[in-house]
Amino acid sequence: IVGVEVFSSLSYGTTAGSWWLCKTTCTSYTNTSMAASSSGYSRMLFSLRKYTNKSQSLYHIDTNFVIRTIWTSGSKKQLKTKVQTKSLPQMVGVVGLEIHAQIQSTSKLFSGSHVRFLAPPNSLVSYFDASLPGTLPVLNRRCVEAAVLTGLALNCTINRKSLFDRKHYFYADMPAGYQITQQRLPIAVDGTLVYSLFEGRRRNQVVTKSVKIKQIQLEQDSGKSLHDNEQSQTLIDLNRAGVGLMELVMEPEMCCGEEAAAAVRELQLILQALGTCQGNMAEGQLRVDANVSVHRPGEPMGVRTEVKNINSVRHMAKAIDYEIQRQMEVLQSGGTVLNETRAFDSKSGNTIPMRDKEGLQDYRFMPEPNLPPLFVYESEASVPVGVDSAQVVVIDRLSAQLPELPSVRRTRLVETYGILREHSLTLVNEDGLMDFFESVVQMTKVEPRKVIGWVMNELMGNLNLQSLKVSQSPISPCALAELINLVESGHISSSTAKQVFQEMWKAPEKTVGQIVKEQDLWMINDKEELRKICQRIVDRYTEEVQIIRGGNKKVLNKLMGEVQRETKGRTDPVQVKAILEEMIS
Amino acid sequence: MSASSAAFRPATAMLGLSIREVSQALRDGRVSATELCKKCINQIQRTRYLNAYITITEETAMEQAQRADIRLSTGKPLGPLDGIPFSVKDNFCTDNIETTCASNMLKGYVPPFNATVVQKLLDQGAVLVGKTNLDEFAMGSGSADGVFGPVRNPWSYATQYREQSKEDPDSDWTITGGSSGGSAAAVASLSSFLALGSDTGGSTRNPGSLCGVVALKPSYGLLSRHGLIPLVNSMDVPGIMTRSVHDAATVLRILQGRDERDSTTVQAPNTPPSLPEHFDIRDICVGIPKEYHAPGLSKDTLAQWSRVAAMFEQAGARVQEVSLPHTQHSIVCYHVLCCCEVASNMARFDGLEYGHRSAVDSSTDAMYATTRHEGFNNVVRRRILSGNYFLLKSNYERYFVKAQQIRRLITEDFKTVFRSGIDVLLTPTTLSDAARYSDFIQEDNRTRSAQEDVFTQPVNMAGVPAVTVPTALSPRGLPIGLQLIGQTLQDWKLLTVAHWMEQQLNFPLVRFHEDSNKRELDQSVRERTHTVGL
Repeated sequence: IVGVEVFSSLSYGTTAGSWWLCKTTCTSYTNTSMAASSSGYSRMLFSLRKYTNKSQSLYHIDTNFVIRTIWTSGSKKQLKTKVQTKSLPQMVGVVGLEIHAQIQSTSKLFSGSHVRFLAPPNSLVSYFDASLPGTLPVLNRRCVEAAVLTGLALNCTINRKSLFDRKHYFYADMPAGYQITQQRLPIAVDGTLVYSLFEGRRRNQVVTKSVKIKQIQLEQDSGKSLHDNEQSQTLIDLNRAGVGLMELVMEPEMCCGEEAAAAVRELQLILQALGTCQGNMAEGQLRVDANVSVHRPGEPMGVRTEVKNINSVRHMAKAIDYEIQRQMEVLQSGGTVLNETRAFDSKSGNTIPMRDKEGLQDYRFMPEPNLPPLFVYESEASVPVGVDSAQVVVIDRLSAQLPELPSVRRTRLVETYGILREHSLTLVNEDGLMDFFESVVQMTKVEPRKVIGWVMNELMGNLNLQSLKVSQSPISPCALAELINLVESGHISSSTAKQVFQEMWKAPEKTVGQIVKEQDLWMINDKEELRKICQRIVDRYTEEVQIIRGGNKKVLNKLMGEVQRETKGRTDPVQVKAILEEMIS
Repeated sequence: MSASSAAFRPATAMLGLSIREVSQALRDGRVSATELCKKCINQIQRTRYLNAYITITEETAMEQAQRADIRLSTGKPLGPLDGIPFSVKDNFCTDNIETTCASNMLKGYVPPFNATVVQKLLDQGAVLVGKTNLDEFAMGSGSADGVFGPVRNPWSYATQYREQSKEDPDSDWTITGGSSGGSAAAVASLSSFLALGSDTGGSTRNPGSLCGVVALKPSYGLLSRHGLIPLVNSMDVPGIMTRSVHDAATVLRILQGRDERDSTTVQAPNTPPSLPEHFDIRDICVGIPKEYHAPGLSKDTLAQWSRVAAMFEQAGARVQEVSLPHTQHSIVCYHVLCCCEVASNMARFDGLEYGHRSAVDSSTDAMYATTRHEGFNNVVRRRILSGNYFLLKSNYERYFVKAQQIRRLITEDFKTVFRSGIDVLLTPTTLSDAARYSDFIQEDNRTRSAQEDVFTQPVNMAGVPAVTVPTALSPRGLPIGLQLIGQTLQDWKLLTVAHWMEQQLNFPLVRFHEDSNKRELDQSVRERTHTVGL
């Protein structure tokens, strides 16, 4: 609902870093600290006693976390979770998402302070951000343009006039006591997000789905609270306070974690392509709350829960599927689902109820009186006389700036390289994989379709095994191209090449040539040597030779396999077959 | 106003001049900026019993005056305000100078920046002598509800009032009106040539009228609110208080215009360098709104209203009765809207980033609650409570939305009248002259505001400009002012008419009773008033 996180107690190990950072860097806190003191202002750290019986804990940033392939994320068993009953139709999950995307801009939504992740606490705080009395919001045009661009990319209707409202609640990291948001009339409405995912038993069929975007609204982010339970105090960092957010509300049209994950991943790619949001969930640039309920098709929607504290796409899929399963089990056993907020615990993979402080809260919405209506113009021509068109947001100008979106990019890959659609999905969805692939293609003469095999099977297989990003691959595009070229020129066999690939993975400092030489893997192309090896095999397997001569040609494969074993795969099967046939006939 | 009329006491001779006159004196070298500044500071000290100032900025004022003297002596003054002492209501932020809003919540708060209007005056070389007293967070109409105690009306220490009074000057004195009472008292008592007030429902015009000074509430959006600690953002405007309309026009010209830090400001219309000296009043059509014959209007004020209307008519202006039919609903809607924005604007005072913080720290919520209880007086707390009630989801349509709808009708009333050919409206500013403090506090702040703002707040609801012009002294020797209301962004035309009116009226300067200057501010009054339960 808002950009305020209250995480329930979770992994201490990863949070200790950020906490200590604050405690040691920021010392200039005083009880009556005037925001104004000329020297220590920007470094000021606000502190207050903590309400001991509140379930609050450390804000946490899981910096070790790495975004991974999402279509392999959902564990097989939790996909399509359905509980069987005798006569009634199966229950299904219903999932809607509320996504807060931090706008990528140099300054905040209503002030000139800079936006930067992991800056020293309270170093990016303007007078407005600290809510000093008498300060007023000044709308950042770049943030409006980001929202309009995002709206255009999601096929939204851009409202020519939108309004800002105040949403009131007391929270220590919301210094004004209210958040400026767009409750009544948001900047963009009625969009669609089209996304694809793998389905089928082998998960190799690409299915395209879509979900409606109800609205995109501009609003302020909150600061961060760090709750120090031992000393019973809360430290406040306002660096994030006032950063521009786009809240995207998706209609409840998805059915499981996997769909939600695919939708969020597609959104991430779109935002990144647009440059309107960096989309990193681990850094909180993209925050997803999932509304989950279950019902039987045709029946009214079930009671929903809101799942928070999700910091990766994979966790989101897990959290949603867990929650669907949990709700089904509750209903199956005759219980009722409570309308509550639940937090995902990444360690256990469960969702647990959060003390819901906001449940009964009345936000007392009111129009923001200090901001006139926000007008967006269709074209240069529609900008009214007397208004400087350089100072306003013009839709036509932004439409012209729209970059290649992921769906277009996939089509281009299929057409350019003749690869399969499912491969284009992986290439685009995996950070850096498309660039990797295209580099390899450029450095080899082989068909792109052969390269895609290496990239999809060997490269991705190894990366997934070790949970590495493409950028962390020990094998560079150049090295892979070299390897492929050696196969293509007949210097090593393709089975040897796979072996070499594994060696290269383990010892990235060595060149392909070094590995092949050290392990003596060069192809045996010398006819005489090949004949000798084949002769040894023919002599050893007299029985099999007799059978072949008796007419059962299939047994020849066994002899060929023996040759391969003898030579550690360094022979060309075509040549070996010819020699063996000649010897046996 | 002339120099001779002010020459009742040599020490304050210069102080009685208008800005135009004293600016000329500075250029001519008849007085230096430092001398002038010192005189003002002395006058502040002499009239300390008025309790007009919360902070006196003598040191920085003298430095500013010295710099002005350098410019003046080299014949390069920055403009008509160079070297002119001024004061500012203590709800405008002043860089490195305490800004309290007359509240415990902000006692000791030192802002790190100047309000735009303050900065513009400083940029013109004007000399800031002090921050003036007010009702807490500008909520009130008497300047009697601030944590630093009530402001006393200079005219209740003037010869005429004192000679009629049979009581002790410490018990028989009148309020200044509010909430910008300190600013009005400062200008009336000759310790500032100019003062900034703020006007949300009449807070500049009301004390301006009761203290006999010119008080302008400009069109909404013409002056920046950046740095003005808000009461009602959609109605607040910085107000200008001077002793002549001409001076107010000079200041308006300097302060008006777009400010990128306040998105609600507008481009100022083209303004000539000064008001026309000769102006044909026969071109003007003056409207007399019949709804302003309100219950409780004193016969003295009514008499002045009739006299001035007749004066316009005799001079050849067209004077006609007009109707603003929704006026009677205005005050109720004003209070709903005011409370809603107050509830919202005051939410930031939680004791975390700045301002008072309670010693209670058993929990964050307890800290919030006690901080706000200790920091705000009853008036502020009541408005917060009411505002939050009006904004509840279940009440929003019934109160806030309805009040906004009526507000639109009130705005339409003004538009209709002006469309019909009316140039300005002439109305009383207040129901009567200033009340005795002891009488005023018989009713609570809410009641008083409803009574006192009746003629002034519709103007804020509609965003139009208005100015009160000192008209005459009542039989008690207290000022009566009349209000002129103009069309949006026609502030200059409004002042042109006000200037003409002022010239016909010849309102006097205050003449303090000879005992008055020996007075000390009675501390017991401060304490007593501070604990008056409301």
